[in-house]
Amino acid sequence: MDWSELIEIAEQERNAQKAIRVHCCTSTGCQATNSIEVKKRLVAAVKEAGLNAEVQVVGVGCPGLCGQGPIVEIPSEGLQYQKVTPDQAESIVSALQNGGEADALQGDPNHPFFSRQVRIVQENSGKIDPERIEEYLMAEGYQGLHHAIYEMTPAEVVQEITKSGLRGRGGAGYPTGLKWATVAKMPPGSKYVICNADEGDPGAFMDRSVLESDPHRVLEGMAIAGYAVGATQGYIYVRAEYPLAISRLHKAIQQAKRKGILGAQIFGSPVDFTIEIRVGAGAFVCGEETALIASVEGGRGTPRPRPPYPAVSGLKGCPTLINNVETLANIPAILRKGADWFSNIGTDTSKGTKIFSVTGKIRNTGLIEVPMGISLREIVEDMGGGVPGGGKVKAIQTGGPSGGCIPEQLLDTPVDYDSLKKLGSIMGSGGMVVMDDSTSMVQVAQFYMEFCRGETCGKCIPCRAGTVQMYQLLTKILNQQATAADVEKLKELCGMVAATSLCGLGQTAPNPVMSTLHYFENEYLELLQPASVRPSNGKVPVRPS
Amino acid sequence: MSVVTLKINDIDVAVEAGTTLLDAAKEAGVRIPTLCHLDGVSDVGACRLCLVQIEGIPKLLPACVTEATEGMNVTTETPELQEYRRMVVEMLFAEGNHVCAVCVANEHCELQDVAIEVGMDHTRFTYRFPEREVDISHPQFGIDHNRCILCTRCVRVCDEIEGAHVWDVSGRGPAAKVITGLNQPWGDVDACTACGKCVDACPTGSIFRKGTTVAEIDRDRGKLDFLVTAREEKKWTR
Repeated sequence: MDWSELIEIAEQERNAQKAIRVHCCTSTGCQATNSIEVKKRLVAAVKEAGLNAEVQVVGVGCPGLCGQGPIVEIPSEGLQYQKVTPDQAESIVSALQNGGEADALQGDPNHPFFSRQVRIVQENSGKIDPERIEEYLMAEGYQGLHHAIYEMTPAEVVQEITKSGLRGRGGAGYPTGLKWATVAKMPPGSKYVICNADEGDPGAFMDRSVLESDPHRVLEGMAIAGYAVGATQGYIYVRAEYPLAISRLHKAIQQAKRKGILGAQIFGSPVDFTIEIRVGAGAFVCGEETALIASVEGGRGTPRPRPPYPAVSGLKGCPTLINNVETLANIPAILRKGADWFSNIGTDTSKGTKIFSVTGKIRNTGLIEVPMGISLREIVEDMGGGVPGGGKVKAIQTGGPSGGCIPEQLLDTPVDYDSLKKLGSIMGSGGMVVMDDSTSMVQVAQFYMEFCRGETCGKCIPCRAGTVQMYQLLTKILNQQATAADVEKLKELCGMVAATSLCGLGQTAPNPVMSTLHYFENEYLELLQPASVRPSNGKVPVRPS
Repeated sequence: MSVVTLKINDIDVAVEAGTTLLDAAKEAGVRIPTLCHLDGVSDVGACRLCLVQIEGIPKLLPACVTEATEGMNVTTETPELQEYRRMVVEMLFAEGNHVCAVCVANEHCELQDVAIEVGMDHTRFTYRFPEREVDISHPQFGIDHNRCILCTRCVRVCDEIEGAHVWDVSGRGPAAKVITGLNQPWGDVDACTACGKCVDACPTGSIFRKGTTVAEIDRDRGKLDFLVTAREEKKWTR
């Protein structure tokens, strides 16, 4: 299909819109609290009330406030309902028809949780039906891809991404433009684009939400990347634990193919790009790019030493561009609105927005997309609503098992790659776990070490054996059987595992321990055997007999 | 063929482009300990013993997979590297069940040699005493998983040289182990050609030829009795 036909489809879709759209979230979070039934009952109630001409009920992606699901929104009326049960559907529709209050928990769509967000990646999340390409086209979908192919050379696209200042959203924050340029400059031949959707950090679910809420956006980002670097084949590596994301991706790929947006001769141009899905088998380490490539190739998912980096020699030995879901989901907007627009958002070194999944001891659990540079305090206290029951925030864990804990007194730190790194944590993929006074930081460290111990692939010794030893030491400390010498040994191990492990998993596995030791060392020392010598006095520790 | 020159521990050395630092060090007469490297098969950079420090690079890099480049300044022995190597070996000893005194490879064991080389006299880590299996289902060979350090040399020789790919790795992290076939008893694996390359590749006593273990030593005490009887009673019966 050529572009004018697609514009026509978008126009038809726009004209077919009814006056009032009732949005019901059908993402995993809300589905778990029965939102499918809610949607069914809403449809039935609308029909019953004879409102079919004016009102349409739309199953949409994630509006963000996952802790209060199922969420039903009626944007034209400024209404939002939370924790909706199927039985409340009728009352919501009758309130819409006759005015008055519905018998459902009413939320405030202007709460800072929503109003302080800047939505780029999630601009369509919670607004369009992710299972219909027509709605994505209506929301200016695939315009970025069209713009790239027809009005820009591949080099100009790379240039635009470089200019935007976008950095990888998967964890390390590597400049996306530089990565693209490296792959683009490799000699022509087989090249690949891989979308890393193997999101595995405990407490992180933004990539799942993006895939479930706006799958076409990721496909568009990948196709633009393919055009820019000269790749004609893309893979989405998505974990098997995300069945809804997988099914929506399948549907989206099929729809895009049928409309001539993916496959051979996109929009009738000479550009080809196909996308296939590869489903992971549940190994966290497969989020590491070289392990991911091994897994896509059908091998055992273990990392290999870099260099060579995948940009030079990746899938099947060919130059391969690997970007995370959120990174790719930023691309269409950058192409559509320009690099200057994007680089005006955020801080000097971290441009754009970042989605965080805010969980733990916090009132408003869910996903927020905020401009880089916002303070942690604003996220936790204003948007998140603080600790339920009036407790006090003790620390925030960012970056999952590769990140660290940031204590309450540093909450005014702006959220960007470099500030968080300075504090001994990382941005990571965007998991943010809020902890209150009742949380033992040693237990937190032990939890993450248990995770790493179970997820290390076992290839290199420091990670395989070191995580086990660290976990044992942390357990010993928690059981109050440890001495100061054990804490010293733990510190030595942290340094060694970080310095000598083969891949990022091992190199960052000690981070939760090191950061809690740094900010909350007294919690460790309080758990030591009373007669032990504290490590600070330099004497030889003696184990009490 | 181009040549690059570099410094290893302040020794100037010239090697062909594409040479690994491990080979370049050999050329310079510098020994770097390794356990997973084996001449003739591909390198995996897994044991981390050959990590070296290169001027201008913040990370330590494994010598076995890092190519020598012009002007590189490599240091193979620093107090930090020595400490890390010792910790790696200590971790290996704490991780498996390594009892030299009853091992077929005693005094012919690379793990033992490396332990001596890095100056490890004890391990500061808790011994884990894992329960691991011994598979002696193969008519000629056996594998004692207690002594396996997961260097994957057997996997690589079998795949890359013999072409049989009998060996592979299964499981993750502490549960990782080398397997034969589809995790079958070795003796049931039809693909095994009984070539014995894995035995030759194994750095420890994990994969061994049958009849060489301490337990299999068979002392023929009856022979003494037989000889005495033969000499004194002229009866050549046992």
